[in-house]
Amino acid sequence: MELFLHQVLAGLATGGIYAGMALAVVMIYQAIDSLNFSQGEMAMFSTFIAWQLLQWGLPYWGAFFLTIGISFVAGVLIERVVFKPVQNANILSHIVIFIALFAIINSSAGFIWDFTIKPFPSPFGTRELFGQRLVSAHDAGMVAVTLLMLVLLYLFFRFTRVGLAMRAAAANPESARLAGIRVGWMLALGWGMAAAVGAVAGMLIAPVVFLEPNMMLSILLYGFAGAVVGGLTSPLGAVIGGFSVGVIENVAGTFIPVVGSELKLTIALALIVAVLVVKPSGLFGRTVVERV
Amino acid sequence: MQIETLSIRLIASAGAVVVVLLPYWRQVLLLSALAVALVLAFALKNFVLFQLTLALIYAIAILGLNLLTGYNGQFSLGHSAFFAIGAYTAAVLMEQLGVPYYWTLPVAGVVCLVFGFLFGLPALRLEGIYLALATFALAVAMPQILKFSPLEHLTGGVQGIVLLKPDPPFGLPISSDQWLYLFTIGVALVMYVCAYQLIKSRTGRAIIAIRDNHIAAMSMGINISLYKSLTFGVSALYTGVAGALAAIVVAYVAPDSFTLVLAIGLFVGMVVGGAASIVGTLIGGLFLLFVPNIAESFSKGLSGAVYGIILVLTIYVMPSGAAGLVRLVLIRLMSRLGSR
Repeated sequence: MELFLHQVLAGLATGGIYAGMALAVVMIYQAIDSLNFSQGEMAMFSTFIAWQLLQWGLPYWGAFFLTIGISFVAGVLIERVVFKPVQNANILSHIVIFIALFAIINSSAGFIWDFTIKPFPSPFGTRELFGQRLVSAHDAGMVAVTLLMLVLLYLFFRFTRVGLAMRAAAANPESARLAGIRVGWMLALGWGMAAAVGAVAGMLIAPVVFLEPNMMLSILLYGFAGAVVGGLTSPLGAVIGGFSVGVIENVAGTFIPVVGSELKLTIALALIVAVLVVKPSGLFGRTVVERV
Repeated sequence: MQIETLSIRLIASAGAVVVVLLPYWRQVLLLSALAVALVLAFALKNFVLFQLTLALIYAIAILGLNLLTGYNGQFSLGHSAFFAIGAYTAAVLMEQLGVPYYWTLPVAGVVCLVFGFLFGLPALRLEGIYLALATFALAVAMPQILKFSPLEHLTGGVQGIVLLKPDPPFGLPISSDQWLYLFTIGVALVMYVCAYQLIKSRTGRAIIAIRDNHIAAMSMGINISLYKSLTFGVSALYTGVAGALAAIVVAYVAPDSFTLVLAIGLFVGMVVGGAASIVGTLIGGLFLLFVPNIAESFSKGLSGAVYGIILVLTIYVMPSGAAGLVRLVLIRLMSRLGSR
């Protein structure tokens, strides 16, 4: 029983990482109505920018907020420069552009900052909480920040005019345009916000997994999984999904003997597919009803 | 004067030949392409032939993906898994049971047909991005399953299986690379003709109708579940046969050859060649094999970035793939000629 509790706690700690990433995924899904495969790399690049700012001697919180600002602008620029020319192309071409962005960002980060693993400081310290080795102050801080972001995003989308306009632009571009919303800029804004959320997630994840160009590969995968399990239309679902993926992965790895650490990822993904088959729009997602 | 009339006659008779052959332009194009391919077998170095063989194998795999995504509208980012199943079926048959290499192709095809059909059943519940994620999961899981220790005596674990390259039959005086190139062309020809006939048939129209409007298709009496999962199976069959060919030609299989990178490469190749295009898959295969090498030759450190930029530019120039570009140019030409 104690082992089980330990594993659940450890799972929640890693789940916090996935939840942050899942949140960023859902953000951009709300804004552009598609999954962004280069999201993880964007977060990784932001984290490298933060690391560079710290190297240049900025205090942690200065670098933190400056990085969020830079990422926001970069996200808007990527939408304007890379996506605007192909906005009328089909979804397949968009996915290929995501893949291209992935390759470009990953390779440039490796070129600029090389592939050696770099430590990244934590604002919360790495003290252990509750006298246990499983949950550190950083883990707790990460979960707190993720939940805070969730609340802020909820308030933004629910109670501001811009938030409403962004939801409208994603849900029904034609009608939104007729209502006087500048759909193109709403998309760009969505990209900017997703980049900013990704930057926060990246900076919180980096102290745990260390900073290097490939740090986001598996995290993004779990983030996607969390977002899809929770439902791509629900930020709360994404966070819950992220946490549950973390717990499932840990518990399955420990308690199912054949699995071990070899098939951990496979089991997590298989469970996700199982959830999707039973509930195709995720646990908390709205079922999209199509008009015939 | 005489020269002028002669040249006019020549042009006229050439024109007459063109007019006579025009209705058969597909066959003419196919035969001339085949002739060029056969001549190349004796004109190129072995290594280049080996690369062309691989490109053609990728093209067959992309054709499989295209049947599913381009024609039936079901996403898959996991076709590397079927490629792997095909390759391992061939390798295990040859290594453990001593089956001749040419018999491994139909077996690999059938095995993948079954796997694809079974995977297609739960996939019926998923659409768009959710299906993409489920297949993505398959692609991620496959190398880990192949490395899985209880299966090691069959799959060779991380080490993979090393095979022997088959010799040309009947004591033909050609190298084994040349033979495998010709062999692959033969297999590809059969696969492409079958795909073309499938798409042209009643079944093919049903497959396309499901993509365009599944509600309308359903109301016309098409059994959506059956057709969708059958398309998944046939798509897996194509990719599996390609995988088996790859195992024979490369003479080596290992779990890490069939990762996400391959799945994404197949997807990119399909889009670059053109979704819902049969000939476009050949361009996709060439793209998949050669563009990463070209990118590497520009700059070693930034090869990924160069690859990405090439990809972005390709999509800017051809938003609906190479086949889409050709179609567009043809339509423009036709309307130009028609308006005259």
